[in-house]
Amino acid sequence: MIELKYFLLISAFLFSLGVFGVLTRRNAVNVLMGVELILNSANLNLVAFSRYSSVGIDGQMFAVFVIVVAAAEVAVALAIVLTLYRVLNTVNLDRADVLKR
Amino acid sequence: MNLGNLDSLNFFYPELILLGGILLVVISDISLKGLRVRINPLLTLAALLLALFYTLQTDHGSAMTLFEGMLALDNFALYFKVFLLVAGILVLLGSLHSEELASVHQGEFHALLLAVTLGMLLMANSAHLVMLYLSLELVSLTSYIMVGYLRSDRLSNEASMKYILFGAVSTGAMLYGFSLLYGMTGSLDLFAIRDALLAQEVVGFNQVTLVLVVVLTTAGFGFKTAAVPFHFWCPDVYTGAPTPVTAFLSVAPKAAGFAILVRFFLGGLSQPSGEQWAFISGIDWPLVLIAVSVMTMTLGNIAALTQNNLKRMLAYSSIAHAGYILMGAVLLTGTGLKAMLVYLFVYLFMNLGAFFVVTVIFNSEKTFELQDYNGMFRRSPFLAVAMSIFLLSLIGIPPFAGFLGKLYIFGAVIDQGLYWFALVGALNAAVAAFYYMRVMKHMILENDDRPPTPLRISTLNVALLVLLLVPNILLIVFWSPIDRWTANSITLFGGL
Repeated sequence: MIELKYFLLISAFLFSLGVFGVLTRRNAVNVLMGVELILNSANLNLVAFSRYSSVGIDGQMFAVFVIVVAAAEVAVALAIVLTLYRVLNTVNLDRADVLKR
Repeated sequence: MNLGNLDSLNFFYPELILLGGILLVVISDISLKGLRVRINPLLTLAALLLALFYTLQTDHGSAMTLFEGMLALDNFALYFKVFLLVAGILVLLGSLHSEELASVHQGEFHALLLAVTLGMLLMANSAHLVMLYLSLELVSLTSYIMVGYLRSDRLSNEASMKYILFGAVSTGAMLYGFSLLYGMTGSLDLFAIRDALLAQEVVGFNQVTLVLVVVLTTAGFGFKTAAVPFHFWCPDVYTGAPTPVTAFLSVAPKAAGFAILVRFFLGGLSQPSGEQWAFISGIDWPLVLIAVSVMTMTLGNIAALTQNNLKRMLAYSSIAHAGYILMGAVLLTGTGLKAMLVYLFVYLFMNLGAFFVVTVIFNSEKTFELQDYNGMFRRSPFLAVAMSIFLLSLIGIPPFAGFLGKLYIFGAVIDQGLYWFALVGALNAAVAAFYYMRVMKHMILENDDRPPTPLRISTLNVALLVLLLVPNILLIVFWSPIDRWTANSITLFGGL
């Protein structure tokens, strides 16, 4: 059986990858993909902890909720990206800079 | 006492009413073509008032958990429920005669306002990490939409985009922190987490993990309360959002954020011992939060000094106030917690008041720039005097309510012997006086050459301004009910 630590390592790697993506990408959709990686790293943690311990399935239940909320979040985020695109004709975040003065 | 699902419904009326209100508003919005403009605000107001009524009816006796430990119903939660519903009602009234929102269809706005209020009520109650996360996301998702409500407006869209990206990342980080905490303790229930942490020796690898958990979860709560270093979204979002929404964001989700911050750190990571809370050994998180509080108020106040856009200035000022409010929470005493509640209560009226004057002036002037406020006293003495009272209250000048908040906060800090902390707070209040006074100077002393044309304000707006002025002036005289109420409200489930 694969040990718990490998799951934790992969999830830490995914989390770092997500944060890296959020910080470096200028395209709004790519940033959202980074956010998804962060959320899924948490999911992986929750499911792995729940599977490898005798404390019940709370973690797996939490992960299901997170997946659903993440879908809702992306739906709202993409709608906002779309309206921003209608106004700006681009989804590049560097162009959305009117508010910084 | 733990209540099961069916028994809990008796204590769940306010939330059920808001839920019904959302459905009714959506239905009336699509079915009543001509009447909806009149009916929707009334339905929303009725739902909020009814929810407030049932909240006040709730038995203040014993603390208990609802829905198998998902929600904690204690006096602390009841305080925040009343607070958030009052904030919702005031913002609803303030949004009715706002020119910014009048240009777009308002049906969804009322449904969203009810949804975000529902989310905040659940946030103040939650005693389980799943509930905490779900309610926080309910508040976040609806407020993203409210910020971007002016679809054709570039600023509103940009603000909403920034808000959702910052929000998604910080709640993601918080979630990762939760998952580590779950791994450490094997539970998602806050009180079980505390018991598990107390049972084990937090040293070595566990200590590192706990530090990581505290840092990551602070990101989530810091985002909601706009505390430094998670405040970057705040000035931009507050400037771009429609003003009634900004007023709402600066008070209600911030207060709900403080509610879960206290519940998580005091309920989950410390244990009550006598009059004080002792934090779980392994990490000195109160010191982390004290540093956050000092940074928050200093940065907020210094950045506000140079702002010429009223909304942006008030955004930085609200960051600074988050720092003051945090001062009460990090002391780990009942007095500190009470001071925080008093401060939040007066902050509700003074900050909503200031933002509301900005809304009213924008209605006729279409500007947020400080220069355009010149000569406002000659054009509308009432508005200028009202704004001055709100600003003096925000500074904390004695006859007004803001003084009461500062008095309680600094008193609680000095009580703990943290003199330097109180001194930093007092210095900050002095710096803040400068930029608030600057607005008053522009409104009252500086005049432009144009002949003063009287400013027209609708009757509803005058009434609402008076409604907001009354607590600012009278709270200092009738402070004893507030004192009693907040003293009652510091009882946390499984706590003091």
